[in-house]
Amino acid sequence: MKLKKFLPQLLTLLFIVLVFGFFTMNAQENMGTRGIEFGFGFLTQEASFDIQFSLIDYDGSHSYARAYLVGLLNTLLVAFIGIILATILGIIVGVARLSPNYLIRKTSSFYIEFFRNVPLLLQIFFWYFAALRALPMPQDATMILGSSFMTIKGLYTPAPIWTNFDVFLTTLVAALFLVFLFVKFAKKKQEQEGKQLPVLIISLLIFIGLPLLTFLVGGVDLSFSFPELRKMSQSSYTFDGGMGIPPELIALTLALTLYTATFIAENVRAGIQGIGKGQKEAAASIGLTPSQVLKLVIMPQALRIIIPPTTNQYLNLTKNSSLAAAIAYPDLVLVFAGTAMMQTGKAIEIVGITMATYLTISIAISLLMNWYNQRIAIKEK
Amino acid sequence: MNSKNFDLPKSKIQLSRNTSLIIGALFFFLGIFDFCLNNFLATNITSFLPRFINFFTPLIFGVIGLHFIRIEFSGIKVLDNLNKNINPSNFNAALSLCIIFLIIFSLPPLLNWFIFDANISGDTKEACTGGGACWVYIKVWFNRFMYGMYPNAEQWRINVTFVAVLAFMAAGFFVPAKFRNYLSLYYTLILPIISFILIYYLISGGSFGLEWVETGAWGGLSLTFIVSFFSLIFCFPIGMMLALGRRSDLPIVKYSSLSFIEFWRGVPLITVLFMSAVMFPMFLPDGTYVDKLIRVVVAITLFEAAYTAEVIRGGLQALPRGQYDAAKSLGMGYWKLHIFVILPQALKLVIPGIANTFLALVKDTPLIFVVGLLEVVGMLNLAKTNPKWLGFSMEGYVFAGIIFWIICYSMSKYSQKLELKYKTDR
Repeated sequence: MKLKKFLPQLLTLLFIVLVFGFFTMNAQENMGTRGIEFGFGFLTQEASFDIQFSLIDYDGSHSYARAYLVGLLNTLLVAFIGIILATILGIIVGVARLSPNYLIRKTSSFYIEFFRNVPLLLQIFFWYFAALRALPMPQDATMILGSSFMTIKGLYTPAPIWTNFDVFLTTLVAALFLVFLFVKFAKKKQEQEGKQLPVLIISLLIFIGLPLLTFLVGGVDLSFSFPELRKMSQSSYTFDGGMGIPPELIALTLALTLYTATFIAENVRAGIQGIGKGQKEAAASIGLTPSQVLKLVIMPQALRIIIPPTTNQYLNLTKNSSLAAAIAYPDLVLVFAGTAMMQTGKAIEIVGITMATYLTISIAISLLMNWYNQRIAIKEK
Repeated sequence: MNSKNFDLPKSKIQLSRNTSLIIGALFFFLGIFDFCLNNFLATNITSFLPRFINFFTPLIFGVIGLHFIRIEFSGIKVLDNLNKNINPSNFNAALSLCIIFLIIFSLPPLLNWFIFDANISGDTKEACTGGGACWVYIKVWFNRFMYGMYPNAEQWRINVTFVAVLAFMAAGFFVPAKFRNYLSLYYTLILPIISFILIYYLISGGSFGLEWVETGAWGGLSLTFIVSFFSLIFCFPIGMMLALGRRSDLPIVKYSSLSFIEFWRGVPLITVLFMSAVMFPMFLPDGTYVDKLIRVVVAITLFEAAYTAEVIRGGLQALPRGQYDAAKSLGMGYWKLHIFVILPQALKLVIPGIANTFLALVKDTPLIFVVGLLEVVGMLNLAKTNPKWLGFSMEGYVFAGIIFWIICYSMSKYSQKLELKYKTDR
């Protein structure tokens, strides 16, 4: 009996040790013959390559570690925007899929069936190489909303210029905290006295009003720099000032959002359908309006079904953002596992760091969502 | 349906059914007419109104029209159905109208581009004169999109291999009942070996008087099929073993499976392919060379096996404990218990999940371009940089999109059918 438990484990262990041993031995030998040394010293060396789009200060004189940070921030930016937009679109389409209106139902299911069955890479290529390339050159662009330009070189929007931005930011955080306290207080009041405070209006007032006050007393000021057309040479134009969003970022976000939203929509639909019909009928029979039924009765229960698979979709979106490398958006894979690896030749270290980074992001997102899932789970009393 | 309580006084002036129908239809068609005029002839019949009103007049007219048409129990079956399905309330009427307008707005240009203005005859770029799609491009490059750089004269070999593999796959459906029990063995062990031999000797060639074609020349849709076929076949047994390992009582087996699964699930496929391309050769003894295609298939297999394992684990967890206890009480050991009692039931439960994993696998194959293998999407990117055929990327992506859509959509429909077929109610 003891042997029966012992033998398979020993075999597994032996197998793992042998495989790892074989690989490390070969790696050492190969690196020895090629004169490559293992080590992370290269991270502090000068990177000497430029990155097209960066959220922090960066140029060729910075170190490889800084280049890594630029790539990581770009990846996180795409993932963050993508997750928010995909969630909004997914919820709308998922609810629309169950609409009593035939046209809306069919349109949303057409959208889902179409976008989820085409490879994401193809969609990214389509938006980047086919759709966005059809946009006008900067000099021919027409103005959108009075201040922005959509051109082949990207989207140019007014950029905010702040004075005393830190004061504004602290006030914003403080306002958020106040809203949190107020919501807690309102909930307590309702539980104890049955009195309903106008939570939404007051929270909005705090959230908008307090930061606005800093313009009057805190010395905060906001102005915009508008994009202006400038002639670079005989036939090429560009925009000066304002904020330029590169077409790579637009194509990537668009494709990731449209693709992931189909999966989130299916999760939302499954979650809503998973709630018994009796719940809806009971809620309607006590006089709640259809939107109240959705908000107060269906959604709180459906969320418990929706969240675990949606967490997976968030993880997928973050991992899929690495496809950015295909259209040269400078994300982690392109900057670090691409350019930096070509220059240094440190394949093992760099691929290792890249994989470890994605693992950390994945684990962080799943921990966060697990925590949220536990918070809204049914509390048995 | 619009809820009308009969104890409330009606605020609306009572109109007879036919009058309100006629008024409603009039307004509705006025809205559609206004939109069509705006859209196709660029004339605005309501331009005397301020801009922010005349922009919305089609919608306003339409909603008013649908409001009049909304009559409960009109006695006309078509009208009742229409009201129930697209016109239950004012809000829904507005949404329906928006969708109708969207269709009117987008369908004609799309159809023009696809069919009416498109060019199909000829075989040079100059043949494309219309404003629509240039399907000549697809026609000329069709062989490349299907077979990659594979020599034209040898392409029958790929076709023969595919037909043969399909025949061997279909053969499983026609075996006599006596051998039914060995089917899973056939599909997991014998079929992959046969297909590998076929592909090796027929597509690669090199012997029997066939010309040797290196894997770098393989490409196009046939490569997509080869990569997904092998990854699919291999990832299933590996995933099953991992799922069993993860639920094992033995700590070393359990935690090594767990960390294996979590590792592959936590990293993007593109980095795995990078690893197989640049890191893997470092881990092999000096001088050994593993073909690029094999490295890619191994990488994708391990990656997808981790996902398959999680799906199968879900099925294992869903089985009631009684099944295990009953099998154990009959004196079955670990393997007997799993092969004859647990897995057949668990696998039935996870058909949709497995199908989704396989779909994801097929949709992930274009990524192999990062190691330099060019399947359909890679070939497209190559073709669009050809100086003779610049500027047709749209047609290429639409073509590839349609192909992938057909493959994935039919696979998902088939899996839904399987799910219904194997559904055993508890």
